[in-house]
Amino acid sequence: MIEIKEVNKVFYQGERVINALSDINLTIAQGTIFGVIGSSGAGKSTLIRCVNLLERPSSGSIVVDGIDLTELSSQELTLNRRKIGMIFQHFNLLSSRTVFNNVALPLELAGTAKNEIKSKVDGLLELVGLSDKSDTYPANLSGGQKQRVAIARALASDPKVLLCDEATSALDPATTQSILELLRKINQELNLTILLITHEMAVVKGICSEVAIIGDGKLVEQGQVGDIFAHPKTELARQFIRSTLDLTIPEDYRSRMQTQRSSGSYPLVRLEFTGASVDAPLISQVARQFNIDISILSSNMDYVGGVKFGLMLAEFFGTEQSAEQAVAFLHEHKVEVEVLGYVA
Amino acid sequence: MSLDSVINWWVDNERLVYLLIDALGQTLSMVFSSGFIGFALGIPLGVLLHLSKKNGLLENHVLNKSLGIIVNIGRSIPFIILLVAIIPFTRFVVGTSIGTAAAVVPLTIGAIPFIARLVEGALLEVPSGLVEAAQAMGAKPQQIITKVLLPEALPGIINAVTITLVTLVGYSAMAGTVGGGGLGDVGIRYGYQRFDGTVMFITVVILVILVQIIQSLGDHLVKRVDHR
Repeated sequence: MIEIKEVNKVFYQGERVINALSDINLTIAQGTIFGVIGSSGAGKSTLIRCVNLLERPSSGSIVVDGIDLTELSSQELTLNRRKIGMIFQHFNLLSSRTVFNNVALPLELAGTAKNEIKSKVDGLLELVGLSDKSDTYPANLSGGQKQRVAIARALASDPKVLLCDEATSALDPATTQSILELLRKINQELNLTILLITHEMAVVKGICSEVAIIGDGKLVEQGQVGDIFAHPKTELARQFIRSTLDLTIPEDYRSRMQTQRSSGSYPLVRLEFTGASVDAPLISQVARQFNIDISILSSNMDYVGGVKFGLMLAEFFGTEQSAEQAVAFLHEHKVEVEVLGYVA
Repeated sequence: MSLDSVINWWVDNERLVYLLIDALGQTLSMVFSSGFIGFALGIPLGVLLHLSKKNGLLENHVLNKSLGIIVNIGRSIPFIILLVAIIPFTRFVVGTSIGTAAAVVPLTIGAIPFIARLVEGALLEVPSGLVEAAQAMGAKPQQIITKVLLPEALPGIINAVTITLVTLVGYSAMAGTVGGGGLGDVGIRYGYQRFDGTVMFITVVILVILVQIIQSLGDHLVKRVDHR
């Protein structure tokens, strides 16, 4: 449905040349929810804005539903954009129009008849659960309601593709979930292809079937969500997954930490579970088998696409020998263990 | 000059009362006709200034710079000088350089760049994300102007209208000194040149009330259309 071929985007900042996107190739199949994740400044916003040519790529082509948008005249592009809905981080609703008239805007632009607009907009407001807010102005809505209006507006012209530019980044976690649910619902009911960009792991985990990781303007890795999280192939992908899970050592532990073991101090370890780790209750097995006590300091474990992965900080209380055996045992079971230091 | 003297004057000077009513009519017709023509030309000019800006919808550096320079020239000429300087043009347009109709010409010329800058400022307040959203929806440039930019800037534009009308009330008093008629003219001829403090006082009071009414109406309208 969406084909991004050899796309490059170069910005010039005075003398400086900034390669916002380099050699991006991406194919998104009809009906999928595709996520692009990256940290800020990675180029993900530029990428999604290239798809409907809000940002014109410096080179390469963008094919949506079989039409190469980069080759269209500006009038043809305007008409073709009606098949591509878009929602934004800051909603971009018109403050001068009521909810009803905001949703009606794309239909007005296309010259749809009044009575047709009415039935279409009423249907859309029902779909997003805001029928009772029809005559309200956006200023009186909550963030989640505003995004629902924006979604209804984006769907008004019966698009084949929906672009979501950080659509949940300005919302709280609970509202984010409800918006994601709505996106999943319209994906299934309307068989709509959704491309979303985000910096939030929760969004990708929540609804995407495929994901691409972007860093420094390059696509680092792409594939099924479960695969990418479980078996990151590149260092950048791994770093990214780690950074979203990152566990920092609490300050008071850090100050008490030594590099050498002394009597009365115990190792502080970081355990990294990946898709390769043996799926077994390893923590309690280690405790029983080597007679150590394990105190979990903090932990960020997740379950995506049938795979458990995550990071854990823990203290191993026991003799030096048993602690070392425990570490070796975990290594054997493909859990990566790093002894960060010894805490008294 | 007590309130009593004003009331007595009102009864004793019937002829002057009619003069003041006539003058008020002239002021209103000067202010509103120059305001009306001024908006008809100044609003599109303001829109053009905004659109031709860098990264604007119809980016055009040369057009933007030249319009900007013309507008700045218009705004830098003191009105009292403009009034006299364009007499040949005024004569060409209305056939005379004296009278209320003639005063409308310099008032309009003076108002256009003023309105253009105010409208440009109002349009600048419209978040660029809204224009982008409209583009993403497949809006044509003309649709973006009529359905997004102008409605979203409406509170600011109404505010600009109010400020302009109030300014025009002040300008119209100056226009009075060169034969335009109106309250300013009466104030100067009767009050200043004939040392009639009461007439001067009454004209000032009427002007103050006029400005208050325009400003209140404007504020009320802004409140009604502003849903931000």
